[in-house]
Amino acid sequence: METGTSRVKRGMAEMQKGGVIMDVMNAEQAKIAEAAGAVAVMALERVPSDIRAAGGVARMADPTIVEEVIKVVSIPVMAKARIGHYVEAKVLESLGVDYLDESEVLTPADEVFHIDKHEFTVPFVCGAKDLGEALRRISEGASMIRTKGEPGTGNIVEAVRHMRYINSQIRKVQNLSKDELYAEAKNLGVSYDLLLEVHELGKLPVVNFAAGGVATPADAALMMHLGADGVFVGSGIFKSDNPEKFARAIVEATTHYTDYKLIAEVSKNLGAAMKGIDIATLTAAERMSERGW
Amino acid sequence: MKIGVLALQGAVTEHIVSIGKTGAEGTPIKRIEQLDEVDGLIIPGGESTTIGKLMRKYGFIEAVREFAGQGKPVFGTCAGLIVLAKEIAGGEPAHLELMDITVARNAFGRQRESFECDLDVKGIEEPVRAVFIRAPLIEKVGPNVDVLSVYKDEIVTAREGNLLVSSFHPELTDDYRLHQYFTDMVQAAGTAGQ
Repeated sequence: METGTSRVKRGMAEMQKGGVIMDVMNAEQAKIAEAAGAVAVMALERVPSDIRAAGGVARMADPTIVEEVIKVVSIPVMAKARIGHYVEAKVLESLGVDYLDESEVLTPADEVFHIDKHEFTVPFVCGAKDLGEALRRISEGASMIRTKGEPGTGNIVEAVRHMRYINSQIRKVQNLSKDELYAEAKNLGVSYDLLLEVHELGKLPVVNFAAGGVATPADAALMMHLGADGVFVGSGIFKSDNPEKFARAIVEATTHYTDYKLIAEVSKNLGAAMKGIDIATLTAAERMSERGW
Repeated sequence: MKIGVLALQGAVTEHIVSIGKTGAEGTPIKRIEQLDEVDGLIIPGGESTTIGKLMRKYGFIEAVREFAGQGKPVFGTCAGLIVLAKEIAGGEPAHLELMDITVARNAFGRQRESFECDLDVKGIEEPVRAVFIRAPLIEKVGPNVDVLSVYKDEIVTAREGNLLVSSFHPELTDDYRLHQYFTDMVQAAGTAGQ
């Protein structure tokens, strides 16, 4: 009997496919998310848009919140640790969190090294905006990738950019000859073996979700249309006018992302989505997607 | 021969690939009308609360009961096992209530307790590599249920007539023998129906 194998960790992410993972800040929100059909919840102290508004250093959530959420739902519970913060990740693992997010939404703790994720029994998800980043995170042991997007903006444009870019890079790698892959591995800063795997599979060797800016059912469906395996919704649900309705509608739009009549139906009378931010108004320092490397 | 994989949420493509290896054709099922086109159905792993909710929403509870009622085989893995059970321990409402078993969800613990191991399955010669992810187990079985495998005294694979369930994920390995077992059930049911 073996725990924490690559198959067990990556397999956990496979089970989340076609689903919506929702940010929650307390037990009550976690129950709303579960009742709406979320496949997992991300337990946080503040959603990304509040982190933006508050400024300062954003850290791992108070363990009380994580424990409270674990207690009330039967679906998997995820939590975020700062990039490079081994101890926050170990603390969250000790609480029984099912999946860790080494996340650029929090203030990085290390500007050179990410966490060695092979050392953990629980799987990790990490953000990426291009193929190089995605494969470097997988080398470090990530079992799931998500686009970085631009968290807390309610603006889908960056998630679209990252998903399209990663997929176009994968298509390019597929078409390279084996001898060209050596130079491409050097260009991307990734291992040849992993790049060869992408060349052969025509996709990442782990599940790839969309995250960072999903605010409406149509946004979620757009990301599925662009090839995402599933969707993370951060501020989009509990910063909307009607979280329960938004949550249910986003779940249905993700499942039936090509059924436009159904998406129209679930989008009716939802009330206002989160307000959102035009990315062009953010300074370089305000862009969370620039964190991590 | 065509086998459908319920594609509301979960590990759908992995099952379609495994079905393909048995020589049958796998196809995703998103709407109840599509059930008419298939001879057997797999309910995949995923989150049982999500899959159960979406099945209710889109009429799959009645449609799958009718499908199974016609003698067509249904195979549930992990979340699919939970969805097929007559009873869920702890009082949570059951979904399809088709198979005479009581299941306990997340029975082995949280993700850190998830594991893989070699497992003997009745009807398959050598052990299979079984991947258990936040897996359920079968606490109780009715008189007509055949127990096919046991892990540490707990029932993890079972069959009742045209219904087959496993706590683990055969679709996550290259070993397609349990899919072959199911394909054979579908084949046999088709022959009997003609």
